[in-house]
Amino acid sequence: MVLAWVGTVFCVDHESSNRMIKARFDRRLGDFRLAIDITVPSQGVTIIFGASGSGKTTFLRCMAGLEPEALGSLVVGDQVWQDDDRGIYLPCHRRPIGYVFQDAALFPHLSVEKNLVFGLHRVASERRWISMDQVINLLGIGHLLKRDPRHLSGGEQQRIALARALLTSPQILLLDEPLAALDLSMKREILPYLERLRLELNIPILYVTHALEELTRLGDHLVQMDQGQVTREGPIASVLSDLTQPSDPLGEWGGVLFTVIAAHDRLSGLTDLSFQGGAIKTPLIDRPLGTSVRLSVAPNDISLTLHRANETSILNIIDVLITDVTTTQDPHQVMVHLAIGETTLKARITRYSLGELKLSPGMHVFAQIKAVSLLT
Amino acid sequence: MLPLDAEAIDSILLSLRLSATVTGLLILLGTPLAWWLARTRSPLKGMVEAFVVLPLFLPPTVLGFYMLLAMGPRGPIGALTKALGLQGLPFTFSGLVVTSMLYSLPFVVQPLQNAFAGIPPRMLEAAQSLRAGPWATFGRIVLPLSKRGFVTAAVTGFAHTIGEFGVVLMVGGNIPSETRLVSIEIYDYVEAFDYPKAHTLAGLMVAFAFFMLLLLYGFGVGRDGLLRRS
Repeated sequence: MVLAWVGTVFCVDHESSNRMIKARFDRRLGDFRLAIDITVPSQGVTIIFGASGSGKTTFLRCMAGLEPEALGSLVVGDQVWQDDDRGIYLPCHRRPIGYVFQDAALFPHLSVEKNLVFGLHRVASERRWISMDQVINLLGIGHLLKRDPRHLSGGEQQRIALARALLTSPQILLLDEPLAALDLSMKREILPYLERLRLELNIPILYVTHALEELTRLGDHLVQMDQGQVTREGPIASVLSDLTQPSDPLGEWGGVLFTVIAAHDRLSGLTDLSFQGGAIKTPLIDRPLGTSVRLSVAPNDISLTLHRANETSILNIIDVLITDVTTTQDPHQVMVHLAIGETTLKARITRYSLGELKLSPGMHVFAQIKAVSLLT
Repeated sequence: MLPLDAEAIDSILLSLRLSATVTGLLILLGTPLAWWLARTRSPLKGMVEAFVVLPLFLPPTVLGFYMLLAMGPRGPIGALTKALGLQGLPFTFSGLVVTSMLYSLPFVVQPLQNAFAGIPPRMLEAAQSLRAGPWATFGRIVLPLSKRGFVTAAVTGFAHTIGEFGVVLMVGGNIPSETRLVSIEIYDYVEAFDYPKAHTLAGLMVAFAFFMLLLLYGFGVGRDGLLRRS
């Protein structure tokens, strides 16, 4: 590894493959202490998940250089952004990051267009990998350029903030609960844009949130935090399969199916999706064959039978293996963990049914899936 | 035509020159001080703030008296000017400038400090994350967002310096074209029972003060003003 410190960022080609992010931080704020040592993948969306006060925003601010008192080190690919042992510390404005705050933080005295070019003008043209036109198209903001940022809706403001950050051609995009301040309809308006960023950008995105919907729709990788520490990390699919504690903030989550569109039955209005270990039918999803689709299944939407029901209106009946039975916050209900190949789903059933059917780990049963929701 | 003789016009010009110089210098020096006060968590902050505001609570003669001593041949400022080979400050225009700066300091620093404190830290962080260094952040974000604070500081600093009497009398004396300001000229006229001339100048002062305040409140900047701490 080449480590050069000449007063400027040691610049690597944007396409460079090994751009793992190694972060180690120690930050004390009164009684709170953030102590983190993790490696974040150089690809895809890493969700930093946790309750408020768990330190996830502080962690993101440490990455950005907005917590100058944080001790530690931060290496992005072969660039050292911070290493206290060697006295290296890049201030925020020297780190090639894009940061989006919860409340957009647009400059009120500048027009939307001037907000957008504020950072663009400070990046040398040979370091830019995305143009103004590309960003405007990506986020659909062409009609907003001449507007006063104070007169935009919350959703529009957040899209401008995203665009403004992207225009600095960052090597990492840091998003701090970008949807938390928005109402539900605005969230729904922005999520598709975030999905586009996830698919079309070639840079790692660190996304702080405490909302499960954002986690499952956008995440590739999960870092879960509690009281300033990382409690769990890994690829989303395997982390979600591995939830056993009823008190876990993710524990009420049923599961996610990572599927691919296998066939369309336009006459019946159905789509066949396949996933590792099984297949499932949904109402028609009008996308090309082979498209990746994420489906989430709520624990209440799965019921269990010992024998395959033949005469039923339920479309999806899947052979599953019971791997575990855990308690829930409701003493009369239990969570039954089900394995289908590599995938794990959870069914919430009553303790009464558990006893009647004599369900226990190791048994094969049939899961009737009443509903799925389309995530992406 | 107003009955203004050359002497009166001289004093008006001198007052304007003093106020302009003092205001300009105070904006220059007061800006970093106000910025520090608005942002620091240093334990020294309270002491510095108290010192800045102190002239508001002292009779002008007290401040003038101590400044006269300090600038005199045996005072610290006097020793400094002597060491630098400069002429003594008492009873000179420069002496008036130094003393007036101290006297008008709170009128410039407080509106600036309030304006700076009113800028959300998030704005500064956003600018940094968009590659703006400290100077660019100050020029592109802080200055435009605290424009009203600067207008308030300039207007109140200027008007307050024009209105000085006690301090300048102590330090400057009454030398035509050097230290004889409008306020002192008026006092002289009254002493000499020359009420018509006193009226003219005093009336001008009232009109001027009113005009300045109109400027301030007309632009809606008054609410950032003195002693209105958030």
